[in-house]
Parts: sequence; structure tokens; C-alpha cells
Amino acid sequence: MNAAAPSRDELRAALAGRRIEAVVIGGSAGSVDALVELLPALPRGYRLPVFCIVHLAADRESRLPEIFSARLPAPVREAADKEEIVPGTVYFAGPGYHLSVERDFTFSLSCEPPVAFARPAIDVLMASAADAYGPGLAGILLTGANHDGAEGMAAIHAGGGFTVVQDPEDAQVPTMPLEALRRFTPNLVLPLAGIQTLLPLFDSEEP
Amino acid sequence: MNPLSDIDIELRMLVEAVYLKYNYDFRDYTGASQKRRVLAALKAMACATVSELQARVMHDPAAFTRLLQFLTIPVTEMFRDPEYFLAVRQQVAPVLKTYPSLNVWVAGCSTGEEVYSLAILLQEEGLLERTQIYATDINPDALEAARRGVMPLERMRLYTENYQKSGGKRAFSDYYTAAYGGALFERSLVENVTFADHSLATDSVFAETHFISCRNVMIYFNRRLQNRVLGLFHESLCHRGFLGLGSKESIEFSSHAQRFEVMSRRERLYRKVGT
Repeated sequence: MNAAAPSRDELRAALAGRRIEAVVIGGSAGSVDALVELLPALPRGYRLPVFCIVHLAADRESRLPEIFSARLPAPVREAADKEEIVPGTVYFAGPGYHLSVERDFTFSLSCEPPVAFARPAIDVLMASAADAYGPGLAGILLTGANHDGAEGMAAIHAGGGFTVVQDPEDAQVPTMPLEALRRFTPNLVLPLAGIQTLLPLFDSEEP
Repeated sequence: MNPLSDIDIELRMLVEAVYLKYNYDFRDYTGASQKRRVLAALKAMACATVSELQARVMHDPAAFTRLLQFLTIPVTEMFRDPEYFLAVRQQVAPVLKTYPSLNVWVAGCSTGEEVYSLAILLQEEGLLERTQIYATDINPDALEAARRGVMPLERMRLYTENYQKSGGKRAFSDYYTAAYGGALFERSLVENVTFADHSLATDSVFAETHFISCRNVMIYFNRRLQNRVLGLFHESLCHRGFLGLGSKESIEFSSHAQRFEVMSRRERLYRKVGT
């Protein structure tokens, strides 16, 4: 596993020939801290939609959109049922419902049973986004204490998407990244600092 | 758009076949969740492909009944989102008390959790005796379970907690007895309940109603079907009638948005405006 973060040029080379249209980022224990480091790396004018999903208690309200709204230049909101996905927006999955991306690039919510004790489940969001975007999707799996997300990342991989797993040695809790690595070989295994460098490069207009 | 995979093509053919053969219309359900549920059915019914499942369902009505259990979503709880029931108690019930008789429609009642919750609430507000409740669903097995009113005992702790938060006035355990390996709810609660097979996708309005509760049903529908359903509700509701939706549902984006006014945005309570 790469302990040191690769350079910007190396990361750019890893993305050669790809056209990323959307980014999905999932995590559990420790991932809010990771997102606080990661999301401010999004430059002003970033054109891709970014879907963020972290495991939360099933309370009715999540304050994450509010928290990140204050820190990011991009609009940040909780993904709403049947809402059309707007490029350049950062979306969070709200608590208590599964979030999916439909093929017509709208969101849908559902009350199906929890997956791996989680609702919203990372697997559900990632697998549905993989169906909608195929090779145009980039998936990032961060720190976490259970196996949710591994299957979703594998689905992105199988659909030709670009997959990045946080280096387990760099993760606050390595279970989630390790479970993903057990199932498939992602395009990149990176420490958080590397993902920070990579995130802006997904938008091909980024110089 | 990402090209359709084989499984996506098969899924469309399956719902078309189900519609033509059994007149159950899932064609305007949202895709992602439907796909997950059919995949779960594939596994449970030991079919290698959706096409194989389709062939079985076409030639064996029992297989269809089995599939229907996956296609409908019988996941709910009593007094789910207690704040909703509290708002119904505090804001809707006082107005309902002004009517000498009432019709309440629980649309998509599934296995009855919401029916029993509302019946308890109406009883505590002194309204149950004058209320006719219509509890409708497309799944006959779910309706049968709703009629029986036996809930898993292990859920009672959560339901009790929800009930208390919803402004419940008694001990929740007053309403059920342990029987048939579960919690059997008081029969008097459903004396005035008509459990009926009704499809929001294909059937029309059957009664004038004062209050419609339809929670976490329309999230499984696409915009077109959502619009149809809101049209049905508007038609069924009496002048200034009430509509309650799930905590993440909204009518703001629908073509009927102007025909309802927001009564409580947080609790998703609306009132009909116009005729």
C-alpha cells in the first residue's frame, strides 16, 4: 500500500482518458472528520455533482449540509426525493432513508430495510449511481467500522467507474477500506492527502 | 446516459408482463429501488436471471404472489415519526372534531401499523366512533396481516416509545394482548375499518374523505404517478380536507402544488384548497 501520497502529475496520469461526470464519497466512523479535510479541496466552479454519504443516527435531521455549507464555495444540500441532480452541487444523504440515483439523474429515497445495519446505506447509493453513470462515476471509500460500501464500490468498479479506497493505514478505522480491498482492486489506494489532491482533478477542466 | 444493461432490459419486460398478465402496474415505480427488490426476489426464488423469474411468474400465479411480496414494501412501524402523529393530534384532530362523521383514508396501508396508530389516536381524541377508516393496499397478503393486527412482540418497546412521543394518553400496553405469538391489537380499534384492495396506480376515487394519510408510499413512484396520486387525493378530499405525507415527501415539485396549502412543512401536513 502506498504510504506516501503520489504527486499531482502521477494522479493526473491515473485519470488519463477518463471523463468523470459525478463523484460519490462514502464513509462511516471517522468520515465526517475526513470530509472536513477533503471537501474544502473542491475549487470554486467545480462542475461535477458530489454525493456524500456517512452513517448517522436515524434522527430526523442531519446538520451536515449546514456545517459544510459554511465551509465550501459550492452549494451544499440534503438530497431530496425526485430532485434533479445539479452539477457543481454537494449533496448529503439524509438520515433514516436509503438514497439512490435514478437513471434520469434524479434522486429517490426509500424505506427498505437497513443494509449492514445502515440506512442510508453506502452500498445502495453507490450501486444505483453506478447504474446511472457507469464509467463516468468516481467512487471514494473512506474510513469506517463496518462492511457497508464494499459492495457498492465493487459495483462502481464492475461498471467501469473509477475507484479510490482510503489507505487503511491512513484511515481512522480501517475496517471499511479493508473490506473493499478484499473484494476488488481499486484504481487507487490513497491517504487522505492524496484524495485531496485527486478530487479537483476529476473535473477535466481543472488545470 | 449509461446504456441499459441486460438486467435493466429484463426488468422492464418483467413489469410489463406483470401488468399485462396480472394487471398490477409497477411501470411508474422508481427504478433503483425496484431493481434491488427484484434482485432480492431472484435470490429468494432461486432464479438465475430476471427472464427466468418472468417465465415462472407468467405461468405460475403462486410465483407471482411471491414476487408481489418483494415488489411491495411492507416495511413500516407504529407511530413512525412521532412528531407527525403529535401534529395530527394537535392540529388536525381539533378540526376533525367539528364534523359529525368522518372518513379517513390510509392509502398504502401495508401491514396496518399506521392504521392501528391512527385508530388509537382517533380513539383518544374521542373521534374513533364517528370515523370510517378506509385502509387500502395492493398487496392482499399485507391487507390480511393488517386485518389480523398481530405485531411482533419485540417491536413493542420501540412502538411504546414512539407512542409516548406522539402524545399518547394511556399506557400503550392497554391496546394489545400477547396472543398468536405476537401482540394482538384491540379488535375494537378496527371495527370501523374497511380493509380494501385499491391501486393508486390504476384505480379511482371511492369516497369523499376528510383526512388522507399516505406516508412513504409515493417515494416509490415516479413524478408521473405521484401526480396521478395527488390528483386522486385532491378529488377525494372534502373542502379544506387534510393530507399527511412521509417526512421526506413533498408536493412542492408536483403539478398539484398549488392545489394544496402547507399546514406544517416539517410534519408534511397539507390542506386542500379550491375544489
